[in-house]
Amino acid sequence: MRAVVAAWYDFDPFHELYEWIGDVTSSEELVYVIIAVVGATGILSFVGLGALANVWLERKIIGRIQVRRGPNRVGPGGLLQPVADAIKLIQKEVLQPRASDGKLYNLPPILVFIPAMLTFAVFAWAPDMVYADLNVGVLYLLALSSVTSLAIFMAGWASNNKYALLGAMRVIAMAVSYEIPMVLALLAPVLFTGTMSIPGIVDFQRTNDIWLAFMLPLPVFIYAISATAELNRTPADIAEAESEIVAGFHTEYSGMKFGLFYAVELINSLAVSGILASLFFGGYSLFGIDEYIPPWIIFIGKIYFFYFGLIWLRGTWPRLRIDQLMAFSWKMLIPLALINIAVVSAEVLIWRLNEFDSWIFWVYALMNIVMMFVLLQFFFTMLTKNYYRLPRRATLIHDVSVPSLPAPTFTQGGNA
Amino acid sequence: MSDIGTPPYVVNIGPQHPSTHGVFRLKVTLDGERIIDAEMVLGYLHRSMEKLAEERTYTQNIPFTDRMDYLAAMTGNLGYCLSAEKLAGVEVPERASYLRVIFAELQRIASHCMANGTFVNDCGAWQTPLMYMFREREKILDLFEMTCGARLTTNYMRIGGVAFDVPDEWYPSINKLMAEMPDRISEYEEMLHDNEILLARSRDVGVLKPDVAINASVSGPVLRGCGIAWDIRKADPYCVYDRMDFDIPVGHNGDCFDRFLVRLEEMRQSVRIIKQALEQLPGGPVTTPVPLALRPDPGEAYVRIESPKGELGFYLASDGGPAPYRWHVRSPSFINLSVLKELSVGLSIADAIVTLGSLDINVGEIDR
Repeated sequence: MRAVVAAWYDFDPFHELYEWIGDVTSSEELVYVIIAVVGATGILSFVGLGALANVWLERKIIGRIQVRRGPNRVGPGGLLQPVADAIKLIQKEVLQPRASDGKLYNLPPILVFIPAMLTFAVFAWAPDMVYADLNVGVLYLLALSSVTSLAIFMAGWASNNKYALLGAMRVIAMAVSYEIPMVLALLAPVLFTGTMSIPGIVDFQRTNDIWLAFMLPLPVFIYAISATAELNRTPADIAEAESEIVAGFHTEYSGMKFGLFYAVELINSLAVSGILASLFFGGYSLFGIDEYIPPWIIFIGKIYFFYFGLIWLRGTWPRLRIDQLMAFSWKMLIPLALINIAVVSAEVLIWRLNEFDSWIFWVYALMNIVMMFVLLQFFFTMLTKNYYRLPRRATLIHDVSVPSLPAPTFTQGGNA
Repeated sequence: MSDIGTPPYVVNIGPQHPSTHGVFRLKVTLDGERIIDAEMVLGYLHRSMEKLAEERTYTQNIPFTDRMDYLAAMTGNLGYCLSAEKLAGVEVPERASYLRVIFAELQRIASHCMANGTFVNDCGAWQTPLMYMFREREKILDLFEMTCGARLTTNYMRIGGVAFDVPDEWYPSINKLMAEMPDRISEYEEMLHDNEILLARSRDVGVLKPDVAINASVSGPVLRGCGIAWDIRKADPYCVYDRMDFDIPVGHNGDCFDRFLVRLEEMRQSVRIIKQALEQLPGGPVTTPVPLALRPDPGEAYVRIESPKGELGFYLASDGGPAPYRWHVRSPSFINLSVLKELSVGLSIADAIVTLGSLDINVGEIDR
């Protein structure tokens, strides 16, 4: 049990506290419970405060992207804006449509919130700061991300609103299409490291002094895209698609129920950034710099680096249509992921059979980066060639000219 | 897929919907996501302007034209004043004509900024292109404010000229704006021309065939988008457009992206026109004295101008009294909208929204 305490030793005062409790009560169970509560509180407060900070960051950065200032009225630099937003949402009356499906309508905001929080349990914040070192960590993350889709579908169905139903329909179609490349992409680091535990994968990157992102650039790309789709953020925010189906699955949710959906989106963005950072970008390790800076700061820094990327995507891209999004998954991401898995398996086999040293990783990195560029270029050209066949500038004509045309033909029932 | 068979269901897009550009209602029957029938329901913003005008003098009617196409108030003013002048036989000073051209073209740039920005928004962008275009639109509105004190509903043109001459500080401002505008338009192009997602969403979507377009009396960028070089400023010149050198941009395919391109290029042409007009701008009065209670001889007049949305026509009939006997507006939004059903049946709901955005309707003008 003292070993478990040691796992949380990173903060010295706490360490002494645990020792003292252990000495006074001589009950190991109590120490265990206290550690669990303190650890959960720490992570949950990071997530909660992170969600608040994300509201501000997102609005401020998108403001900058859109050549405006973003929130700057409440508090210094608009820092208190998320607090004001939260107060507003709590104060608002929660309306429930009479035709909605009672309990099923109230469940999704909670159901969507739990997996978002649980995701953070398996992250490795520092060498010994791991709340739950599951030996199936990657599987656990994938399982949690599927629960979110289910809750969103429940919300859409129970709202008894056509826009919400359309949104829910889209979520299920998208979940089915994007879970596959996501799983295949996350399989690659598991194959390479031989473990599913997140601390194990981070440790592999630290001991070999290489990020898996160098060796597996294609899975990074595939995972980032499919995770963005799962997050319902642009360019794949078809489930809420403001300009098409008003607010999609959460059209009928108001007040704090809507607030929970909104918060979950931000928390899930953090979670996806965390998964990217730990599985592909070395987690808390940073080529030896982690000796001097507390590793958990490095990890949080990496999370926010990727989170910035997500905000950037949202600020710059339009939305794809649902069939295009499906086509992108089935025609591009899944073939790419399958090719990648085959190549990676062969590489791992060669490495394990010949017992090569870690220099082989750099050879693989070079090979895989070249492979990524070739494959991406090929697939992009195939997918987009149709859109470039016409000039992308209007033709200029100096004088009025109207061609003589045959009599028009209308489709059945056209009122043109 | 078709033999599985899903029961069709009706979804109301609007009148309260983020993408209907006002209170327009599109009742669509869906089979999954595909539209199998569409019905347009109009009239949510009907303010009975044409009837109200019959109780007011010719000058008092000018503010109504601001509130028809509230994104292009200047061209509304211009069209109405031209028709009243034609009816009453009023001559307009040359300087006023030039100022009218300048302000109408500024308004065209502002309106196209809005149209293209909201079009990309309808494609799902998170406001970013719209904000970039609003930056220039704001500067144009500042020029309006400098001249007539209003930004949106300008009420600037008068029968016989314009209400005010431009102030001295207006010249450096407009020269600066016109100098930077081509770069800004190129910036929009750089942002959006190579964007695969925008191309995927708008290329080959909502293709309007030239014969259908002509038969439906479609005008403006929607008509030019399907490759027909038709522009009232050249076909039936008014003010001093016959002295300006400019080109008509036309599209290749008639799809949503072509309409977007045509608007973008028209902004360049408008800058060209404004630059020429500023060079040629003569001195002199900006208005001719016209009696406040104008009583034109009995008769009728019809004037059409090229508004940012298309061919904007004003029909005025006089019975010799101080108020028009009859006033009718041929609003381009209303007539361009008539092809929406033709375009949107068979598309998915997302494509229908993009098509609606590319038609650039303004409900204030449709319902009047």
